[in-house]
Amino acid sequence: MLSTFADIFLTVEFFSASVRFAMPLAVASSGEIISERGGIVNIGLEGMMLAGALGGMMGSFYTNSPWVGMLCGILAGGLVAAIHAFMVVTLAADQVVSGAALNIGVLGMTTFVFRAVYGITERPIVAHFEAWPVPVLSRIPFIGPILFSQIPLVYVTYVVVALVSVVLFRTMWGLGIQSVGEHPRAADSVGLHVDRLRYMAVILCGFLAGLAGTFFSLGQLYTFIEGMTGGRGFIVLAVVIVANWSPTRAALVALLFGAAEAVGLRLQALDIGIPYHFALAFPYVLTLIVYAGLAGRTRMPHALGLPYVKD
Amino acid sequence: MNSLLRMENITKIYPGVVANDGVNLEVTEGEVHALLGENGAGKTTLMNILYGMTMPDEGRILWQGESVRIAGPKHATDLGIGMVHQHFMLVPRFTAVQNIILGTSPQKGPWLDLKNVTKQIQKLADQYDLEIDFDTEIQDLPLGMRQRVEILKALFRGAHLLVMDEPTAVLTPAEVETLFQILRNLTRQGHATIFISHKLEEVLTVSDRVTVLRDGHNVATQITREATKPGLAQLMVGRPVVLEVQKSPVRPTGKTVIDIDDIWLEREHGRDQLHGVSLRVEAGEILGLAGINGNGQRALLEVLCGLTRPARGRVTVLDTDVTGRTPREVAALNVGRIPEDRTTMGLLPPLTIWENLALEAYYREPMSRWGVLRPKVIAEFARKLVQEYDVRTPNVEVKVSSLSGGNQQKLILARELHHEPQALIVANATRGLDVGAIEYTYQRILERRDRGAGVLLISSDLEEILCLSDRIAVIHAGQIMGEILAEEADRSMVGMMMTGTRLEAIEGPALPS
Ligand SMILES: Nc1ncnc2c1ncn2[C@@H]1O[C@H](COP(=O)(O)OP(=O)(O)O)[C@@H](O)[C@H]1O
Ligand SMILES: [Mg+2]
Repeated sequence: MLSTFADIFLTVEFFSASVRFAMPLAVASSGEIISERGGIVNIGLEGMMLAGALGGMMGSFYTNSPWVGMLCGILAGGLVAAIHAFMVVTLAADQVVSGAALNIGVLGMTTFVFRAVYGITERPIVAHFEAWPVPVLSRIPFIGPILFSQIPLVYVTYVVVALVSVVLFRTMWGLGIQSVGEHPRAADSVGLHVDRLRYMAVILCGFLAGLAGTFFSLGQLYTFIEGMTGGRGFIVLAVVIVANWSPTRAALVALLFGAAEAVGLRLQALDIGIPYHFALAFPYVLTLIVYAGLAGRTRMPHALGLPYVKD
Repeated sequence: MNSLLRMENITKIYPGVVANDGVNLEVTEGEVHALLGENGAGKTTLMNILYGMTMPDEGRILWQGESVRIAGPKHATDLGIGMVHQHFMLVPRFTAVQNIILGTSPQKGPWLDLKNVTKQIQKLADQYDLEIDFDTEIQDLPLGMRQRVEILKALFRGAHLLVMDEPTAVLTPAEVETLFQILRNLTRQGHATIFISHKLEEVLTVSDRVTVLRDGHNVATQITREATKPGLAQLMVGRPVVLEVQKSPVRPTGKTVIDIDDIWLEREHGRDQLHGVSLRVEAGEILGLAGINGNGQRALLEVLCGLTRPARGRVTVLDTDVTGRTPREVAALNVGRIPEDRTTMGLLPPLTIWENLALEAYYREPMSRWGVLRPKVIAEFARKLVQEYDVRTPNVEVKVSSLSGGNQQKLILARELHHEPQALIVANATRGLDVGAIEYTYQRILERRDRGAGVLLISSDLEEILCLSDRIAVIHAGQIMGEILAEEADRSMVGMMMTGTRLEAIEGPALPS
């Protein structure tokens, strides 16, 4: 029994799967962090990811290039985000309500578009990303196969997380974003354009959520399935809190959740008497536990969720 | 002297209020120009117009002799006008440096090299002799230092004229001294300052000229050297002002109404702690608790009101042990509480006047019956109090947030005093109020005392303590430094205790041995 355990969990395959499951969470977290640092909660992440998944699949379907698909997915996420930005920045609508509405709306919309275009008889399989081991790096023992023998989207994520971190903390633009999330009036008083910065933050978040969505349609199933992001947008919201709004830490926390998903799948395969639904629920239960454990102990941006209205 | 700024015939009308009515203001190069006026006189409005935050309905602005239309704060900054707002515009979680450079381009390109920028800013701070801790987040800095950050922020943006809106309202006496030093320093280096205040002493101490505003009009501009305190007071209020309060001698009763017995409260950080505080307030007296803010006053207040349970010790109010009771249980005693911050502790600004007046008793008869509110009863009650306490408002449906500070204060007094409490806890109750409203508050407090209530008066305003108290206790770093009778107290002695010298240490060496 013990040896089976080690065989299943302490293997390169297990860790590699963890990374694979973690990266969509990591890249979406980066986006959510930009948005929340700018003061806008984006509950609609799930919807933006789903739009990204469909956009990615369709882009790839028509061009036969997963890279073009990826770009389409990114744009689709950004488009949904733009609606959110308009609602909460320009109209000062409640951010949670707008996000929740978008989630429901996009779930219906993507399902409708997919069926309208491709019918319900069979699902088209599209050009997708294959694992591409990075020369040299992938040959590092243990680390190499885990981190550098993945699909290209994973490498894009590494770069994105690093970039987001640098932009947020090492540029004047990042300082501006943080200021509108902490104290928009102060930002306004020194001549920063609060609304413009918040639009940018939300739409950037949408781009990254869209990118995260393409992992599912172009990296895992090579097609689109209704609601295929399976609530991961909500897990990302938890990841952001656990990571205390730091992109690099969010990537690490995402690994934890990725591992939880991998454990779940393996438990299911093991068939040791635990109903596999429990296994599938594992990451969600972890989310709940972490949420509860950290309540009130984090450094949430001060103006998070509050519309800014000039007087 | 050359004219730096002229504001001519400025008029600004808000719905229902003429905030500025044909105001003129002239500031010359290198002067400290005081803008004096009671709350609501229109000082902030005038400065918001100067800084481009609101547009005037009429009038024009001449900057260095040229007519300008100031479109926004950015424009004002570019002209060389800097503003230190009444409520600081600093991001609490940023460091001083991050706040100072926000919205500027301190370096070429988009990058932010904090180390380098800090050096640049440190140099500027040294030039103006501004002591600032650059590595700590603003939220952990004392208010005086935050203000210096605001000043440096304006200077970093090339401010030639610095506007300071009620800068002393939040400062301790020592910090006020430092601020005046800084102002003199700025003048020496060629900057002009507009210093806004409603405190006469400050205006007389620091300014070269003074313009007085009243009800949106400017009533006079004088050279400060030629002005007098009663003269300015009369210009400001529009009638002769009696700054002294009439106080009858104390009649000791020997009956304890508030008994604070060896209270301990420790917190992880900050100085707002209590280390064995004991105080006794008798019926018919005012015990003043002096001290610089943040030395345990808030902790004591929280314990007294049932918001925090002390680690050790006992509080008895009107013969009831209230230690660890809930705020509602404390409120149900015959106690009045006038808190230190009207809009966050005393009132719920987004709610209406009647709702605020009902806050402490809405759940009981007669304001509700069987758990259902009785709006008619409450409205009637509210209308009666509004009239009795002279709250200026069209009706009781008005939101509290739209009342002036003085009227908000009257509302609290009405709620807390109408039931004739036998114990009264007052904390920095006159901060930010104008002379008229302060006078009113003092009278109401004294009236309660004369009718036999015991009053605990917590205040960081030494004038207030000396003016009202029968006995004075001083708190520093969570400990009582000593207790004296008011008639034996002198300013320097209380001042020394406020900064941490024990009474024994002051009296000890002075005694002939
Ligand atoms: N944004 C506003 N909307 C409506 N009325 C205002 C506004 N700002 C100020 N006022 C009113 O204008 C008057 C002058 O206010 P203000 O300039 O803040 O006075 P001061 O700074 O001298 O205390 C007050 O009666 C105030 O209620
Ligand atoms: Mg003002």
